[in-house]
Amino acid sequence: MDRPKSISRRRILAAGTAGIVGAALPAAGQSPDQAARPKVPSDPTKVQGPLSTDVGGRSPFEKPKRVSLGDRRTSSLSPLQDLDGIITPSDLHFERHHGGVPSIDPQQYSLLIHGMVDRPMVFTLADLRRFPGKSMIRMMECSGNGGRVYRREGNQTDLTPQQIDGLTSTSEWTGVALSTLMREVGASPKATWFLAEGMDAAVMTRSVPMAKAWDDALIAYGQNGEPLRPEQGYPVRLFLPGVEGNASIKWLRRIEVADQPFMTREETSKYTDPLPDGTARIFSLDMDCKSLITEPSFPDKLTGPGWWEVRGIAWSGRGKIAKVEVTGDGGKTWQLAKLDDPVLPKCHTRFRLPWEWKGGEAMLASRATDETGYVQPTYDVLLAARGPATAYHFNHIRAWKVNADGTVKFGGGL
Amino acid sequence: MKRLLIALLLIPITVAAQNKPLGIGRAATSEEIARLDIDVRPDGKGLPDGKGSVAEGAKIYAAKCASCHGKSGEGASFDRLVATDSGKNWDFAMNAKLPRAVGNYWPYATTLYDYTYRAMPFMQPGTLTPDETYALVAYILNLNKIVADDAVMDRKTLPAVKMPSRDRFVMDNRKGGKVVK
Repeated sequence: MDRPKSISRRRILAAGTAGIVGAALPAAGQSPDQAARPKVPSDPTKVQGPLSTDVGGRSPFEKPKRVSLGDRRTSSLSPLQDLDGIITPSDLHFERHHGGVPSIDPQQYSLLIHGMVDRPMVFTLADLRRFPGKSMIRMMECSGNGGRVYRREGNQTDLTPQQIDGLTSTSEWTGVALSTLMREVGASPKATWFLAEGMDAAVMTRSVPMAKAWDDALIAYGQNGEPLRPEQGYPVRLFLPGVEGNASIKWLRRIEVADQPFMTREETSKYTDPLPDGTARIFSLDMDCKSLITEPSFPDKLTGPGWWEVRGIAWSGRGKIAKVEVTGDGGKTWQLAKLDDPVLPKCHTRFRLPWEWKGGEAMLASRATDETGYVQPTYDVLLAARGPATAYHFNHIRAWKVNADGTVKFGGGL
Repeated sequence: MKRLLIALLLIPITVAAQNKPLGIGRAATSEEIARLDIDVRPDGKGLPDGKGSVAEGAKIYAAKCASCHGKSGEGASFDRLVATDSGKNWDFAMNAKLPRAVGNYWPYATTLYDYTYRAMPFMQPGTLTPDETYALVAYILNLNKIVADDAVMDRKTLPAVKMPSRDRFVMDNRKGGKVVK
């Protein structure tokens, strides 16, 4: 498989066997792309390599990048087609912010919890780290993820998995359970909602049901073994497993416990879903079950018929993935894909299926089912439920068209 | 025997730890709560003293808001603030060209105060006084034909404003399972 615009290990392997790696000067017939490749010894067994470093970096051959949409750079998408497994490297986790990324001194940081509590309290970062902690591997998805393919903007086919669905990422998050802090401050049993507030220039706020605080909400300070990245809320963020990303308030400065939602701008005029019956769904927090094939995908080119492994990720905001089915014929027949361990709730799950390309045209797609029995819908089913102009939660089946020449294009939704 | 004693001693300590606060962190002062607690709810809780009129709001808007939101809230480099058309039956799910703004897709007037006060103007966030914010809210509501030209917004009048789209917003009814909603 050839991946002209993204980084591909397979392509590097092919280049190595052709004997061009390590060429000091562009050889006759060598493309500019090949000439621009990093220079390495032609035989690494004949020279001592560089020694240890304080902070490691990627191989110079690997250059995965987030992609920003629009000029304002208020969001960026994860390069899903370049990732293996389920963990998103922290520096490639998608971003969305409404007032830029604030700079916060962790020694000055504190979290205030007040409202319907017995003891309004302030916690420093050291305080939060002193509480009994927990880690969880969970995905986070922006509810706007996939909007451009739902609206079929120009029926584009030159779209990568990153451009289609890159607003989803998975990390190991570490912190203190919000329930632990709620007990510490003596949250009232009559409380039904809490407000979470950030200390960015947007002073971002969202209301969250108290049930989530008592269930699995996390006050996170760690991501993939290190402190949160600044763009992920350093030094402390709220993390709500399975919930639309906007509600997991970053740079968390305040939690107010209450008996009603606060009806902030984001949760009323923005992150709501207009429906065909003339209403709009509010507090549509849970992310519906979804999957996406990441290989092969645009701009890959299959180099010939034969066996290829179809790979992708599936997830649900409501629990574990129960199964993923893959079709190579546009939905006429489906085969059960293998799920890699671990299969975790509210988490990216890696699926794989050996697939024989017989040449000619093919239409690949994946369909995930979660443990509640929810099946990732077709485009038409989702359209009927939501209408063509609804605003968020676009989880219909995505397809890739394999052309007879081996090129792969985005094939819309089944 | 020593181990048994230690074990016996540990049991009540463990139980206590689960039922009582761990004693980590410190009490918040009322001053620091007041400094951060800027949110405003639909019932008006959180609204400060002060007031502002449509006419005052027009002046502040021209100086601090029009460059991003347009001369009369029609939108420019940033969000449109004025829209009153909702189609036949509030057609936002069916018609992507229908603009959404305060007049047709905004259920609570108090949200306008909360957001404007906390996050606007974009390049000088959090610099508006309560009076300025009340005035701007009055002006934007007036542009959307929701309050009269002589309206004055304060902690009593603002929560009483009923927004045209108030009853269109319904709680999430998705639960997983076989039905796609």
